[in-house]
Amino acid sequence: MIDVEIVAARKARMAVLARSSAARLKELWPAVGLDPAYAMLRGPEFGLVMLRGRVGGTGQAFNLGEASVTRATVKLADGAVGHAMMLGRDAAKAKLSAVIDALCCNGEVAARIDVTLIEPLRAELDNADAISRRETAATRVDFFTVARGED
Amino acid sequence: MYVAVKGGEIAINNAHQLLADRRRGDREVPALTLDQITEQLALGVDRVMSEGSLYDRRLAALAIKQARGDLIEAIFLVRAYRTTLPRFGHSEPLETGKMLVQRRISACYKDLPGGQLLGPTFDYTHRLLDDELDGDLQVERGAQRAEVREHVGRVTDILDQEGLIEGDAEADRAAEPGDINQTPMSFPLDRTMRLQALARGDEGFLLALGYSTQRGYARSHPFAGEIRIGEVDIEVFMPELGFAVPIGRVQITECQMVNQFKGSAKAPPQFTRGYGLVFGQSERKAMAMSLCDRALRAEELGEDIVAPAQDQEFVISHSDNVQATGFVEHLKLPHYVDFQAELELVRRMRADYDDRAEAVSDEMREAAE
Repeated sequence: MIDVEIVAARKARMAVLARSSAARLKELWPAVGLDPAYAMLRGPEFGLVMLRGRVGGTGQAFNLGEASVTRATVKLADGAVGHAMMLGRDAAKAKLSAVIDALCCNGEVAARIDVTLIEPLRAELDNADAISRRETAATRVDFFTVARGED
Repeated sequence: MYVAVKGGEIAINNAHQLLADRRRGDREVPALTLDQITEQLALGVDRVMSEGSLYDRRLAALAIKQARGDLIEAIFLVRAYRTTLPRFGHSEPLETGKMLVQRRISACYKDLPGGQLLGPTFDYTHRLLDDELDGDLQVERGAQRAEVREHVGRVTDILDQEGLIEGDAEADRAAEPGDINQTPMSFPLDRTMRLQALARGDEGFLLALGYSTQRGYARSHPFAGEIRIGEVDIEVFMPELGFAVPIGRVQITECQMVNQFKGSAKAPPQFTRGYGLVFGQSERKAMAMSLCDRALRAEELGEDIVAPAQDQEFVISHSDNVQATGFVEHLKLPHYVDFQAELELVRRMRADYDDRAEAVSDEMREAAE
């Protein structure tokens, strides 16, 4: 049985790590104060993922084109295994993300990482999205009707 | 007889050194950085990603720099690089309805849920060259306005409510699509494989074919139902985890072209659709793709095939600019032996021709005497 909440939290964390810039991640990570020993089980390695769309937007899947990705899998001394896969080619970021994923197998550590690392990163990403939305909103056309004719 | 010829090694090395020199250009001018290319030549980068069929802005920028701005050469470099990487799998299909929208317009409805969002567009510019860009002008940030919290609904869903537009085949949603990278092309191709080929097809070629359909070669009365540009989340199912992992976001352009259709024996009169989906911001390509997609559905919709844009073997076989440039440009490689053979043949034919001409004129002279 996969605990739905744990999976959702893990996915949410992975989404933040995947989208954060490597530079910001590297800046914030030391303050978390964790530096576990780990062994690489796989990677970090570059590869491709075929991105799929749907015919007409909602129909049958089709292969749109590939994207470069990096993936890594690590194992900590306590046996916890962490995975990472993210767009782009950045071995160091994928490795650190896999370590973070492994550390988060422990609920208490996960809570600490969420507060000190994930939440600040998420806030930055959300803020960038909000700015983008407001910039797009500023280009929304407000139609007005010019009255014409007698009545 | 086959004669092996060697030589040219020094010439080739020096030519490549000269290429590197010319690529760098005047050393007094600072070298371009990849960041400058991705930030300031972003639409060229997007074209290389889409036709190179590889979403990676930094690699596309590197290819543009290496190719001295020759985009087809850059696309070739990206395609070649792509073959060196292993494929880890495929993503879950993108949810374009859940896009973080940066631009969305419809030519069918003025007022629609989410509104007309112009975004960063060249439309309505006067196409006058701006001298001020010849310098490092301080540019204001984009204006902001409180957003209306409203779902940016799909135009096709609005038309669907009236039942006047064909839907996407629900039954096929789970079917595994073909992949033109992994299967030899044999015609007819199904629509999923055609869309894959069109998505990486040459923008200029698709643009010209799309234009031809508008000018009467496979008339299809298109309306730009909706064009949207924005970012979508990508997820990849990882068997070792048992769930789909979010791996980041990509920017894409989607075009829903709505076309008149007078109905057939099987289907009532309704609007039909052409679909375009392209990496990055590239609405010209997405629109051209959707026009070509619709034209290529001629057989499925029971239309007569009368124009090049409807002929899938013609369109798909010639849409790939890497293949096209390879075959056209191979003509400049040494063909010395082939040409010698042709030369011999033409000489012989010419001698025969001259002999016959002489014989004819001899006969004429004899007849006259």
